[in-house]
Amino acid sequence: MRKKDVLIKLFLSTLSLSAFTFGGGYVIVTLMKKKFVDEYHWIEENEMIDLIAIAQSSPGAIAVNGSIVIGYKLAGYLGVIVAVIATVIPPFVIISLISVCYEIVKTNPFVALMLEGMQAGVGAVIMVVVYDMVVDIIKEKSVFLLSIMIIAFICACILNINVVYIVLACLVIGIITAALKLRF
Amino acid sequence: MIIALILSFIQIGLFSFGGGYAAIPLIQGQIVDLHHWLSMTEFTDLITISQMTPGPIAINAATFVGLKIYGVLGSLAATVGCVLPSCIIVTIIAKVYLKYRDMAFLQVVLKVLRPAVIAMIASAGISILITAFFNGGTISADVNNIKFDMIAIFILCVVLLKKTKFNPILIMVLAGVLKVISGYWL
Repeated sequence: MRKKDVLIKLFLSTLSLSAFTFGGGYVIVTLMKKKFVDEYHWIEENEMIDLIAIAQSSPGAIAVNGSIVIGYKLAGYLGVIVAVIATVIPPFVIISLISVCYEIVKTNPFVALMLEGMQAGVGAVIMVVVYDMVVDIIKEKSVFLLSIMIIAFICACILNINVVYIVLACLVIGIITAALKLRF
Repeated sequence: MIIALILSFIQIGLFSFGGGYAAIPLIQGQIVDLHHWLSMTEFTDLITISQMTPGPIAINAATFVGLKIYGVLGSLAATVGCVLPSCIIVTIIAKVYLKYRDMAFLQVVLKVLRPAVIAMIASAGISILITAFFNGGTISADVNNIKFDMIAIFILCVVLLKKTKFNPILIMVLAGVLKVISGYWL
């Protein structure tokens, strides 16, 4: 595909994902996985997970970081600029508009219900994508990888440990495992 | 003033790890406590707005604060400042990753990291669902605190996502519309 077409598609998909991703950065990376891995087949699933790991363990908003890694992977530096601009435009426009009519929006029951309902939709999208990825991990038939997944889940969901520490810990475990396996 | 604004948001972009709510104290420290660009009430409004709109809190804050103290130019400058550290750092890491990912050593490291990443996405999904399913946002066995309409909407969305090719964004909007219907007419 021509680079210009890639950039246009990258811009449009990042823009639309950013405009609808209520509920934090993980929602947008999930939707990116659905779009760029499952729909366009531009990125492999494992590669996508690695890119998400980079996005969530680097400083800054996960949504922005996610766009940067995808943009860079697909179209280099120009891709980064295009993806970041597309990600920033929706919040930029929406906040500018809302700061003008905040009181009306805040007290509108229709808006409140709509937003509440969208949480269920967002949760569904995340769970469906997570399900597919968990199945792939189970298919590896590795007790070690499965335990990492379960322990990381307990740390994040029940113990509320900051994701950065979890990623760093797993990085250390990974380095030790690699050193042992490859006998450095 | 505009230089201080940019520098301030560069710091926010540089030191907020872990995304979302982890960034709130940092943003508050810069724009409420240190520079007094927003009052605490305005800051609370900003957080409320961020919860009801798409987009990262840091970007929302940059737009909101920039607009208030320096107009459209200010909001552009603050937003650029906010994403600048990420653009540099994440691009470098992505470059290194794409160059060396085929190394046997890095392959093993990444293999160990992947299940943890999936677990964290799962955890984010679960916390959204807990907020969605229960009044007050915490797990409760009390039937009055369970929002059954939300559970039904969730199940319908999962079925649609699995069985049809509908766009996920469309399904999210549908979930919102169903809740409006259930809130007004049921």
